[in-house]
Amino acid sequence: MGDLEKTPDALTILIADDNPTDRMILARIVQSQGHHVLIVENGLEAVDAFDKHHPDLVLLDALMPEMDGFEAATRIKKLSADDLVPIIFLTSLTDADSLAKCLDAGGDDFLTKPYNRIVLKAKISAMTRLRNLNRTVLAQRDRISTYNQHLIREQEVAKNIFDNIAHPGCVDASNIKYILSPMAVFNGDLLLAAGSPSGNLLVFLGDFTGHGLPAAIGAMPVAEIFYGMTLKGFAMSEILKEINKKLVQILPSGVFCCGCMAHLDFRKNVISVWNGGLPDAVLYRSNDKQVERLPSFNLPLGILKPEKFEVSPKEFNCHSGDRFFMCSDGILEEQNFEGEMYGEQRFFDVFKNSTDPSSIFCDHKRALDAFRVSKDQGDDHSLVEIIFRQEDIDESAEKISASVVESKARDWRLDYELRSDTLRSFNPLPLLTHILREEPGLSLRSGELYTILAELYYNALDHGVLGLDSRMKACSDGFAEYYKLKEERFLSLSGASIKISLEHRPEPGGGVLSIRVEDSGKGFDYQSLDTGLESNAGYSGRGIPLLHKLCKSLEYQGEGNVVAAEYIWLEKRPA
Amino acid sequence: MTIWSAQSEQGDALTIKVQGRFDFSAHQEFRDAYEQSQEPAQQYIVDLKDTTYLDSSALGMLLLLRDHAGGDTANIDIVNCNSDVKKILTISNFEQLFAIK
Repeated sequence: MGDLEKTPDALTILIADDNPTDRMILARIVQSQGHHVLIVENGLEAVDAFDKHHPDLVLLDALMPEMDGFEAATRIKKLSADDLVPIIFLTSLTDADSLAKCLDAGGDDFLTKPYNRIVLKAKISAMTRLRNLNRTVLAQRDRISTYNQHLIREQEVAKNIFDNIAHPGCVDASNIKYILSPMAVFNGDLLLAAGSPSGNLLVFLGDFTGHGLPAAIGAMPVAEIFYGMTLKGFAMSEILKEINKKLVQILPSGVFCCGCMAHLDFRKNVISVWNGGLPDAVLYRSNDKQVERLPSFNLPLGILKPEKFEVSPKEFNCHSGDRFFMCSDGILEEQNFEGEMYGEQRFFDVFKNSTDPSSIFCDHKRALDAFRVSKDQGDDHSLVEIIFRQEDIDESAEKISASVVESKARDWRLDYELRSDTLRSFNPLPLLTHILREEPGLSLRSGELYTILAELYYNALDHGVLGLDSRMKACSDGFAEYYKLKEERFLSLSGASIKISLEHRPEPGGGVLSIRVEDSGKGFDYQSLDTGLESNAGYSGRGIPLLHKLCKSLEYQGEGNVVAAEYIWLEKRPA
Repeated sequence: MTIWSAQSEQGDALTIKVQGRFDFSAHQEFRDAYEQSQEPAQQYIVDLKDTTYLDSSALGMLLLLRDHAGGDTANIDIVNCNSDVKKILTISNFEQLFAIK
């Protein structure tokens, strides 16, 4: 240790040279510049001294016994790892090759003899600048790394909350299969499924623009709206309108949600599909193994203002066993080693090459896995298959309604009249169902009640007031024609009304609900028809057999424009 | 990715060209291209002739331009799209909001 006080800019410099004179000269020069020196005679001692004392800079002779400068440099660099400790080679050689060798061996600079104190001072200064720069970069790297870890932890918590809100609903029903990778969810893919009170199924696959948290956050209100409204019995178009309205409100311009929603009506054997911005959905027919492609004909959700947002789903007749597929564009964009994209052709080839409908979903998975590079963590795609087959969804609907706070609306009557303008744009069913559910006994049976109310109301509207015949829907073009006619009739509607009367009276052990629906239409000749008919022919699709099954009694009155039904419920005895 | 923009001679139309990948990295430059001038132009032309790739963030940027250009009253043409780009615009039904040529 020298008795020189170390100034703030003083460095500890290691000098390794086998020549005593050279050592002394260098040491003197360095000390006179205010630095502290460590002096060794060979490479071995140099590495040892470096390890013990961690000098700020090393002056290393190239040729030394025991271990030469090149080997020592390599070892010292290894010891210093991330921290840049400048090594300046000392050499009497001046040829280019030798000097280059010094730098190649790990030296950061070289100093040739005779030693010039001005040059040495300048080099020490320059090397120190370099070292400080490196230290700054390392500190920044460490700060960024810590910050990044915080962010990741925060996102994990957020994802937890997200999962609780955007819960998959009844997506684990036996007729639904899906791939929804965590990466996809975090990049805004959303899969929702719920049973309606009438036992039908509503499914939604959404794909928000962007990545990570901002994309995932938008999904939360969508899930709330979807589950809330489906449970209450709202129609698919109403749910889509509400979701669009919400997203327009909360999402910034330029952020939107591509999505596909499907409603599976197991009683009418119809699937209604709305596709806004997702790749073609697919309807696979079990009888002839043909696929029907359902392309996106709508702008994604969250773009059009509510006044401009119209919903016209495509409807298809379905048979039990038909399969419906939706996927996000992540599937088509998966890449292989050559950077090729999976693409539409490969996706549709899976359907073509499949021999067994029940293996199509697995075939898709296999084809995708065989093609792409990244596995698991990198997966950013979603695929859903729904088999057109009614599962026991009613149970879950019952469980949820049972948790409603018990109120005691037991003995009451409600009269409700809807007139022309309202009939066109308002669906009273969720409201009426809500009122019925205030009676606990009815609440547990809301599925059946919703079905009855819906059947009676739509009979009154479509057949009564609008005079439509649902036999039109039987053929493939029929749907479009039917809805076109419906729209036309709505526009010319005036002076029309539907009166709904609901009355509930308690009975020992249960209660009776009386429903009466009167429409302002012409009615039909109900007296001359056999009420035991299985088919709907003659009733133009009024669903009579079903109503007879669910209700205690069903009676047409007046011109056929009045219908009165009675529904009896009894307390379930504990098992 | 390069953004190039120019006003028409009469000054009422602004053409914006996107060369290369039209993705998230283009955000600031694309915005600068139309926000530069004091008043919104009467007509905008987005030329995608040299655009190799378009993703959902580019769709978002087009929506932002539409907002800037007056929303429902905006007059924006998207021209010279190759088949890949056109496909993406078609799936999202952007022809309902922009004139795609």
